Amino acid sequence: MNPPPLDLRALVADPTVRVLVTCGSGGVGKTTTAAALAVAAADAGRKAAVLTIDPAKRLAQSLGVGELDNTPRRVELDTAGADHSGELWAMMLDTKRTFDDMVAAHSTPERAAEILENPFYQAISTSFSGTQEYMAMEKLANLAATGEYDLIVVDTPPSRSSLDFLDAPQRLSAFMDGRMIRMLLTPGRGVMRVVGAGLTLFARAVRSVIGGQLLSDAAQFVRLFEDLFGGFRERAKSTYQLLRQPGTAFVVVATPESAALREASYFAERLRSDGMPLAGLVLNRTHPVDAAVADLPAASAETIAGLESDAERPAAELAGAALAVHAQRAAIAEQEKRMLLRVSAAHPELPVRQVPALPVDVHDVDDLRVLATRMGDG
Amino acid sequence: MARLHIVTGKGGTGKTTVAAALALALAVGGRRVLLVEVEERQALARLFDLPPLPYAETKIAVAADGGQVRALAIDVEAALLEYFQMFYNLGIAGRALRKLGAVEFATTLAPGLRDVLLTGKVKETVTRTDPRTKRRAYDAIVVDAPPTGRIVPFLNVTIAMADLAQRGPIKSQSEGVAALLHSPQTAVHLVTLLEDLPVAETLEAAAELREANLPIGSIIVNDVTDPLVPADALDAAATGQLDQAAIATALAGAGLSYPPGQVDGLLAQTRDHARRVLKEYDLEATLAGTGLPMLTLPHLVDGVDLGGLYELAAMLTDQGVRPAATELLP
Repeated sequence: MNPPPLDLRALVADPTVRVLVTCGSGGVGKTTTAAALAVAAADAGRKAAVLTIDPAKRLAQSLGVGELDNTPRRVELDTAGADHSGELWAMMLDTKRTFDDMVAAHSTPERAAEILENPFYQAISTSFSGTQEYMAMEKLANLAATGEYDLIVVDTPPSRSSLDFLDAPQRLSAFMDGRMIRMLLTPGRGVMRVVGAGLTLFARAVRSVIGGQLLSDAAQFVRLFEDLFGGFRERAKSTYQLLRQPGTAFVVVATPESAALREASYFAERLRSDGMPLAGLVLNRTHPVDAAVADLPAASAETIAGLESDAERPAAELAGAALAVHAQRAAIAEQEKRMLLRVSAAHPELPVRQVPALPVDVHDVDDLRVLATRMGDG
Repeated sequence: MARLHIVTGKGGTGKTTVAAALALALAVGGRRVLLVEVEERQALARLFDLPPLPYAETKIAVAADGGQVRALAIDVEAALLEYFQMFYNLGIAGRALRKLGAVEFATTLAPGLRDVLLTGKVKETVTRTDPRTKRRAYDAIVVDAPPTGRIVPFLNVTIAMADLAQRGPIKSQSEGVAALLHSPQTAVHLVTLLEDLPVAETLEAAAELREANLPIGSIIVNDVTDPLVPADALDAAATGQLDQAAIATALAGAGLSYPPGQVDGLLAQTRDHARRVLKEYDLEATLAGTGLPMLTLPHLVDGVDLGGLYELAAMLTDQGVRPAATELLP
């Protein structure tokens, strides 16, 4: 059974769609997909911004622009043949700066300065394993709140689980509400007494590894942070709600390989269960057989070998090579089809778009356009 | 010769698959190999089609002449408690702490702590001896390591954290890890595809590893296209200059009379294939410029199942990957 079709060009041109999130495991082409979709939206006459989080600066490369900073920058489009009213804006997330801005927005300048200087804050704001995801969503909320863009396309980090952005705010809250820090500082008190001597030892062990200084920095941070905490939690909640709104669409990206597709299946389930609007699956870099020979059965190995060993006639050798290429393409296409069938068996109602691999790597806006044409029917 | 093989690569290059194939190749001839997973993704279980692996060394595959591969998926929380247990007697409090989230908290407070634990555990498996046989517990250890972007901070974490633990058992443990990782006992392998971005990242990682004096073993090029067009015709095929009529005649001679449209379709596919091959040659030459040893693995059309892993392992063996001689301790 074939999955329902997914027309991504129509999706990004739809004026009711305001936020698009691409997710998937590492190396499947999420960033390029996000950029191509933003180009398609701009070509459809919308003011589109693409927000990438990937520190490998892949978007910068694929857009052919240099360094991107923490605010969107206009990317010049060659608009020949396209709707002239569209605009493309691109940015790369600066995690620490976004966090700093968030602190400043919820506090007095003096308090903010103290927090920014705290070593524990510096550790949390750069290396907590969900900070990047959290700040991506914070930046998305910022950009959405400006009301300046018709469509914001967000790429997600290649983390262990690409859905960390759903959980990170909550996990970070648990760290910052101070209970754990108080427990490590004064282990003998409160409910924590139940673990008694073991905990005291643990606290000592932690201190010996991470240093007592860091723990007292943490305690100071908690004190400074207490007032801000409520504001942060409200903020995280409203961002989460933004992701569930009807104007938001999620696109899961995968390549036709079992590991990537298994991740994709997991993402689809998780998004569904969180009530996130899932538009469909992009099956990226497929290798369909050329349309002109789609029905041509692969030649037998004997036929191919017979032609290839015909040393007298170079054309025969090349004919054999062409048949060998076709046989391989057919085998790969067949394997990819089997992969897709497995996903569709598990998610029969999930729309799928197959995006054939480009013969070259994607470097610039023109390449992104070519990619974008493969993402829709129009 | 290296006993500890660290396999890294950009996301999507197949580093887990390559690490598993390397482990199988190193187990040939009755060797014992441990395949270690550090990212808590259960990628090895998926690759070998097994239920999630426990935090215990589990036999997952056999190789020729009684060789075997065991797998260990390191659980960071369990490793932390184990680590503290080495220096402090926590008793049963460990489990309670874990439940409270204290362990996750500690690893977050000191982000490098995770990597300290992981590299510490790896070192323990490398140096462990079997008290009965007086031999190393494993002839080789293969680590499915973090991706290229994180590999140097990961391997050098004990150096970066050195000022946090300034004395005592934890300090000497850290020094041991750093010494092992910078010694000829270790080889870092970089897995890449022949595509622009992975190649660029591989070159960057190679430079960073050299800068950090971490020993590089090889570049392992994965998913290489097997050239099907004769070498002397590649340029013509890639530019669409093959003689369509002559090829149509040759096909007809073999009893395959295709209409011109279909012959065009076949040649269009041949052109794409030839372009791909030429592009890969270019990138391979760029990688060869590093002067590092290179190993290549083809794209497996049927996907990588257990049989495919053995196939890849055999190809590594054919290219000279040999198990280290079993070491007898003095």
